[in-house]
Amino acid sequence: MKRQIPLMLVLVFGMFLIFQYFIPHETSEEVYEFLLDWITIIGIFAMALAIWSLFRVAVAKVRTRKENWGYSIFTLVGLFSMMIFGWTAPNGEGWGWYFVFVLSVLLSIGMLVQAMTVKSGRGLWAGLMLVFVIIAVLIGIFDNAWSFYFMSAEPLENPMFRSFFDFVLMPILATTFSLLAFFIASAAYRAFRARNLLATLLLVSALIVMLRFNPYLAPIFGDYMAKTSNWLMNVPNLAAQRAIVMGVGLGIVATALKVILGIERGYMGKG
Amino acid sequence: MDNIGVIISLILIFGGLVALFYGSLKGREVDRRIIFLFIFLAVAAPILFPMTFEEKATQVVKSVFDKVENLPEGSTVLLSFDFDPAMAPEVQPMANAISRHCLEKGHKIIFMSLWATGQALLSQSLSESILPGFPEKQNLVDYVSIGYKAGNEGVPNVIITDIQKMFPTDVNSVPLDSIPIFDNIESCKDLDFIVSFGGGKPGPKEWILFVGDPGGVPIGVGVAAVVAPQMYPYLPDQVIGILGGVKGAAEYESELIRVHPKFADMDTPGLLMMGPQTLAHVVIMAFIVIGNVVFFRGRRREKKE
Repeated sequence: MKRQIPLMLVLVFGMFLIFQYFIPHETSEEVYEFLLDWITIIGIFAMALAIWSLFRVAVAKVRTRKENWGYSIFTLVGLFSMMIFGWTAPNGEGWGWYFVFVLSVLLSIGMLVQAMTVKSGRGLWAGLMLVFVIIAVLIGIFDNAWSFYFMSAEPLENPMFRSFFDFVLMPILATTFSLLAFFIASAAYRAFRARNLLATLLLVSALIVMLRFNPYLAPIFGDYMAKTSNWLMNVPNLAAQRAIVMGVGLGIVATALKVILGIERGYMGKG
Repeated sequence: MDNIGVIISLILIFGGLVALFYGSLKGREVDRRIIFLFIFLAVAAPILFPMTFEEKATQVVKSVFDKVENLPEGSTVLLSFDFDPAMAPEVQPMANAISRHCLEKGHKIIFMSLWATGQALLSQSLSESILPGFPEKQNLVDYVSIGYKAGNEGVPNVIITDIQKMFPTDVNSVPLDSIPIFDNIESCKDLDFIVSFGGGKPGPKEWILFVGDPGGVPIGVGVAAVVAPQMYPYLPDQVIGILGGVKGAAEYESELIRVHPKFADMDTPGLLMMGPQTLAHVVIMAFIVIGNVVFFRGRRREKKE
């Protein structure tokens, strides 16, 4: 039963959505839109599940003192700090007891993690957690310097949220992405060698497209560079990309049919 | 001072490359760390001593520009910020330039995002880059941000028939039915133009598949350079134009300044970033040549032996 019900659901809804596409009737479209609402609901639950999963994995790492377990503490601090900053914002210039509140919440989560990970003395950690929770709740109720915002975008302008986003997350992601330049250069040096006819074609094409992007070197070759580059992008590249798109599309259809018919069951956690 | 800095940097880089080329004639391979050092210099020098270039919009970029330029005043344009901070340096400049262009032409803009991190970047763009140039423009009247909604491709799939179903309010909890921009907008089919900025999933491709094609809405895309070739199959019917990477942003910025000289003083990160990109490309091309010289020298030596 545990396996049959999900398989049945996938079969029914999968077949319905296939046939629905070819039935241009109002009722059919209404049912389709109703089903689409579920995607949002599932998406939100998936996000909550992902946060819970991340929390559990990080706590387990700390508990078992796995290699690099210290990073998990940073993961948890980052996760909950951004959640707090993303739900709160100052009402004016002053911060009031805001930072004590944030610290109390983080410490209470820390005590909770500690209570979950230690073998003895759990009562002490649970008691401390309760103290910090009470402090956070009292500040939340009586401090008017800041407020909670669960339904609007004010926290996006919270200086703490913006600072962590602008000066921590953005540089980290941008740095990781920009490291590609170094590896692309190194890979180009080693890979773009005229070993045979196909490699030579690839090398020449790459050079032409790169030259086309160069504001100093492209004008030397006049319109020929732009024309050749456009031809490369619009004819061979387009043909290959279209073939890939068609191939991927057919692959998706085949995989979807296998899932709908219950041949492919990997999504249930078992092959 | 800047010119001297540029000249010294160029002498250092090209002098080094000539030395490496000379070494390659003797069959000497270049160490990976040397390549990294040259790329570092090629990127850092134009940032420290800015080098700017004249850019001319290519047809794929001009199509998007002309679409915005020729839409009647008061048209409604949806701009979707479907990217994260990793893609932002490439994609955010073009998003800012198109937003400015739309506001300048008097179009109504609906901002949104299919990526959770996109909403914060959108908020940053609005407050730091776009709105300071248009103090007369009013929120909810000239532009509105409806923010991010979870659901990936499910979001465009729903808003193709009913925007309010997915976004009952804007980011500040103002009901959509009380916002003037939405007076005549029920679904994406009522929009005059949509531009998706991104490169990942969900992103431009999902807008084409689930909104542009079924709804017959003109779509323009602004994507990271590595994604641009994947967008060409959709040209010119499903996508009217493509802005690819820093080059696309620079072309759009230069066209915007050419047609609307009031933007001559605006910040042009796309044009500025062309300096590091151009020099890095030259260095990469030089290393490709050096690599091939080493390869052929090695092959010749092998044959002799």
